[in-house]
Amino acid sequence: MAERSFKKEVEKLHLGDGDVFSGEGILAVTKALLECGVSYVGGYQGSPISHLMDVLSDAEEILDGLGVHFEASASEATAAAMAAASVNYPLRGAVTWKSTVGTNVASDALANLASGGVTGGVVVIVGEDYGEGSSIMQERTHAFAMKSQMWLIDPPPRIQDIVKAVADAFELSEASNTPVFLQLRIRSCHVHGKFVAKNNQRPSPTLADALQTPNRDLDRIVLPPASFLHEHEKVNTRWPAAVEFIKERRLNRVIEAERSTIGIICQGGLLHTLLRTLERLGLADSFGNSEIPIYVLTVSYPLIDDELLAFCANKDSVLLFEEGQPNFIEQSVNTALRNGASGARLIGKEVLPVAGEYTSSVMRAGIVKFMQDAEADWVAPQDPAASVVDAIRTVAEHVPDRPPGLCTGCPERPVFTSLKLMQKELGDFHVSADIGCHLFSILPPFNIGNTTMGYGLGAAGASAFNVDSDKPAISIMGDGGFWHNGLTSGIGNAVFNKNDSLTLVIDNNYAAATGGQDLLSSKKQSPTKSTQHQIEKAARGVGVEWAKTVQTYDIGKMRAALKEAVSHKGTGPKVLVAQSECMLNRQRREKPIFRAAVQSGKRVTQERFGVDEDTCTGDHACIRLSGCPSLTIRPNPDPLKTQPVSFVDNSCVGCGNCGEVAHEAVLCPSFYKGVVIHNPGVIDRLLWGIRRAVISWLQRRATRRQLDMA
Amino acid sequence: MAWDRPLSIAMLALGGQGGGVLTKWLVDLAEQQGFIAQSTYVAGVAQRTGATVYCVEMFPQITAETQGEPVFTPYPVPGDVDLVIAGEMAETGRAIMKGFVTPNATTLITSTHRVYSIDEKSALGDGIIDQSPVLKTAQGVSRKLYAFDMERVAHNSRSIVSAVMFGAVAASAALPFTRENFEAAIERSGKAIESNLRGFRAGIEAALGGNPAPTTSPALGMPDSQGPNGRALVERAAAYPREVAAIAAHGSLRTLDYQDRLYAEEYLDRIDELVCLDDAGNGFELSKVYARNLALQMSYEDTIRVAEQKTRATRFERVRDHLEVSDNSPTYFIEYFHPRFEEFCDTLPARMGNWMSRSKAARRILAPILNKGRNISTNKIGGYLLLSTLARLKRWRRGTMRYSVQQRILGQWRERLIESATSDYEYAVATAECIEIVRGYGETWERGMSRFSRSMAATSDETRDRADIMRRLHQAALADEGGDQFNALVDEYETK
Repeated sequence: MAERSFKKEVEKLHLGDGDVFSGEGILAVTKALLECGVSYVGGYQGSPISHLMDVLSDAEEILDGLGVHFEASASEATAAAMAAASVNYPLRGAVTWKSTVGTNVASDALANLASGGVTGGVVVIVGEDYGEGSSIMQERTHAFAMKSQMWLIDPPPRIQDIVKAVADAFELSEASNTPVFLQLRIRSCHVHGKFVAKNNQRPSPTLADALQTPNRDLDRIVLPPASFLHEHEKVNTRWPAAVEFIKERRLNRVIEAERSTIGIICQGGLLHTLLRTLERLGLADSFGNSEIPIYVLTVSYPLIDDELLAFCANKDSVLLFEEGQPNFIEQSVNTALRNGASGARLIGKEVLPVAGEYTSSVMRAGIVKFMQDAEADWVAPQDPAASVVDAIRTVAEHVPDRPPGLCTGCPERPVFTSLKLMQKELGDFHVSADIGCHLFSILPPFNIGNTTMGYGLGAAGASAFNVDSDKPAISIMGDGGFWHNGLTSGIGNAVFNKNDSLTLVIDNNYAAATGGQDLLSSKKQSPTKSTQHQIEKAARGVGVEWAKTVQTYDIGKMRAALKEAVSHKGTGPKVLVAQSECMLNRQRREKPIFRAAVQSGKRVTQERFGVDEDTCTGDHACIRLSGCPSLTIRPNPDPLKTQPVSFVDNSCVGCGNCGEVAHEAVLCPSFYKGVVIHNPGVIDRLLWGIRRAVISWLQRRATRRQLDMA
Repeated sequence: MAWDRPLSIAMLALGGQGGGVLTKWLVDLAEQQGFIAQSTYVAGVAQRTGATVYCVEMFPQITAETQGEPVFTPYPVPGDVDLVIAGEMAETGRAIMKGFVTPNATTLITSTHRVYSIDEKSALGDGIIDQSPVLKTAQGVSRKLYAFDMERVAHNSRSIVSAVMFGAVAASAALPFTRENFEAAIERSGKAIESNLRGFRAGIEAALGGNPAPTTSPALGMPDSQGPNGRALVERAAAYPREVAAIAAHGSLRTLDYQDRLYAEEYLDRIDELVCLDDAGNGFELSKVYARNLALQMSYEDTIRVAEQKTRATRFERVRDHLEVSDNSPTYFIEYFHPRFEEFCDTLPARMGNWMSRSKAARRILAPILNKGRNISTNKIGGYLLLSTLARLKRWRRGTMRYSVQQRILGQWRERLIESATSDYEYAVATAECIEIVRGYGETWERGMSRFSRSMAATSDETRDRADIMRRLHQAALADEGGDQFNALVDEYETK
């Protein structure tokens, strides 16, 4: 079960002609897919499209009812290869992932798919993880579209436009026999809005029909001589067909305006920020009416030269908003203008930052420069930001950074505490990190990890250090990365090359960082998936001899296992599986059960930690070995002490890490665990009564002695 | 009201503060009142990412029908935000930094409580970043400010922060909806209606209650004492200059509680020595610092002290409060002790302890037995008896090894202060301050002790600017646990 449940929301997928759909972008996209008669959907989760996978997963019954096959693919490459079903048959398919990282993984399959071309429409929905909130390297999907010649749709961030883009994408794909990228920016995925729904379409033909009457076309297979044919087809047939379709269906928009000697070109996804910025500058109203003509590239690849030249005709200068770099669009527009002998001058990144997100403030500065140059008498209205410059400077010194960190009670915390304690003893190690929640180890308070080379590539990232050393490289991998490719790229590779290093596999029963999706090694029984395949067994299966599974919260054992693994002499990799369930998911599962048990009068115990404020030294060594959100500080209640004391707030889930750390790191004796027995039984009450009576009596005597001294 | 542009709301919430819930309420509220509403956010994955910015915009449907649908922005635009809601004080600062808050446009609703960042939390001493300048700035840059401790209000009303925030939004009248409209939105969401309404109402009340002045901690007053010994000590301390009296009085009660009347008198005797070297011109700074740190040093943490603190009746009450045990449910406390060989020697009579701690054989035999984590339940009879017996070793404390070690350090410190009080006052103050790094148990104490001793040694040369060196060493000693900064600095002074 994923972190967020859409069980209720997916009911909206049943809406039909004329009904008003109200909801989040991701759900709207799913609805649009069904309206388009999609046959199959696949993908790999990752922000910002994780919820798309969750919605689809929660909608499995509805999809089944329509005869749509959905699967949570093993990787983006798997998902992309799935689209092979649309090569020979008129089956519509959609696949989705986080970009550009997922597109990197999918590239092999995508390039093959794009080479042979498709018969049924294929839409690749990429969550463009760029700008604020992004967790990956800042690159552009645009480059992939260019290199494989797939078309790229970048709709404005409005739910109606996004839904329309899904339908357009399928038709464009079929019209040009080319897979199409539908790019959803981070905030588009989560935009709430409304649109008028249509009936869902059952796919026709179906996947089963295709299997009954297989169709084979040698020209669609990427092998010489067809592969040479494909390249020519791409530029001579498919590209012109796409251009024709885009023009005819007016997928790109032109906003006409009175200032006809200037113009603005922007990617579709930037349109609303641009319009609001123009409005703030007095160059547009709030309803999308601009004083400067705007050419909106909803299809941002390929460029439609005729449309561009028509828009630029009789203009002196045109400002281009193209987010990210390299400036592919700027180069293409310049080429088109030059080839078309246009007199318009293109102003692009010369008035805008070359790299980084185009926020309203960035756009404003660019427009002001552009306008001052284009129209000598134009005066920019006062920038509201100017009035708060001093305030910003003042507060900047007082706003702390908030790097991401592990959740309250996270089972990965004790693993890194153990590693840190081991390093204290043996010195620092080279640690090759991976992608996942565990990558937060590189940040305070753990500061562990030297590189991260991509999902599942933690062990591969340490493969060069295959030399004899008493301090072997340690690599880290999550269960998600392990099944994605780490088992072969890392573990198998290390076995084959006789690498002695240690790989620490963090197994928390889910692909946790992306929202708790199930995996091969998930503990939960699932009616539709095969789970419970152990990581240790898989590692042994590819030839690992030293493999161990340790519960993460046992810091003593974890530390001992780590020490053993790094000192173990012998050929071949060591694989240490650190196992414990993701706390977020565990709480989600257990909390309702716990509450129900308390209410129904069942005997249950509840654990929570605390710190004795008068025993706490204010040194915060405990926090430096933990970083748990529930382990925080507060001002010292002791009037003579200045250091804040450690404090466990009421979000503590009683995972036990604090106690383990106190023991293993020999911290101060301030920590205590409280165990509350709800609905105690007769024996509980009896024992409690006796204990309390005796101890209260002893305490009263002690208090008297204390008072005698006072 | 003529609508020529959407109403724009920006919200900055931390993971777990319910920013998503509040956004849903706001959108539902607007839609039910005949508005078109849009919301966007960057998916805040629970607690894993720090702060999340939510953006909500709304516009009346009826106006849209005549004028057309407005363009909603996916991200708050500086200068254009009507309402900013920040769920924490430093996040208010972040909202200002992002330019969302502008003087003519923005109503600002903020919680004054703190959720400390990891850097603030993990400092070796006090790493808290003062937020009072942020609150002051917030006042200046917003059209109207509603600031109160939402977490406390949520806690007191047994509700959640987002419900309290929603109440504050209603109270601010920044949205064109009535209180009943707001309540209806909570009711429609169908979850925890009662507690959410409670929080909502508490939020309205708190927001209308007026803005609190930035809090400054009140000056330390004279303590009350119940017993005759305490009263006599407080009376004796009251004779000190006003600046020193309250601290010395608190210190004397602390040392009385720690040991006995005689010990507390010794504490005051030592203050006497310094006060007569100090003067009002310096505001008795040295005496103040000395009185404070001496009290803390004399009530150093040994196993006896910990055992005493852990078994007190008042502590039992405090822990039950913390665990929020409201009824009579059996509640057991499990303490995490890790007494090492060193602590064992510390508690032995001085001569035996000295011999033991030097004896390799004793260490070899005892360390493996002792150095183990022990979980002791203080409110089960065995655990209580063990600790209360240990606490009663108090009467022999003066004979323990740790006591003699402590006396030696305090002696050196006191000599240095007396020697420099008249010749280099600033240095004396810096030295009096620096001993604060010696605290705690085990490794923390050893680390502090070693750094303090080295700081003392590095500043023994009277011809240098000792005050400056001492202050820098003090700062460096708290900069990092590994001691990189401190070691580099102390090396510099030692070799010069």
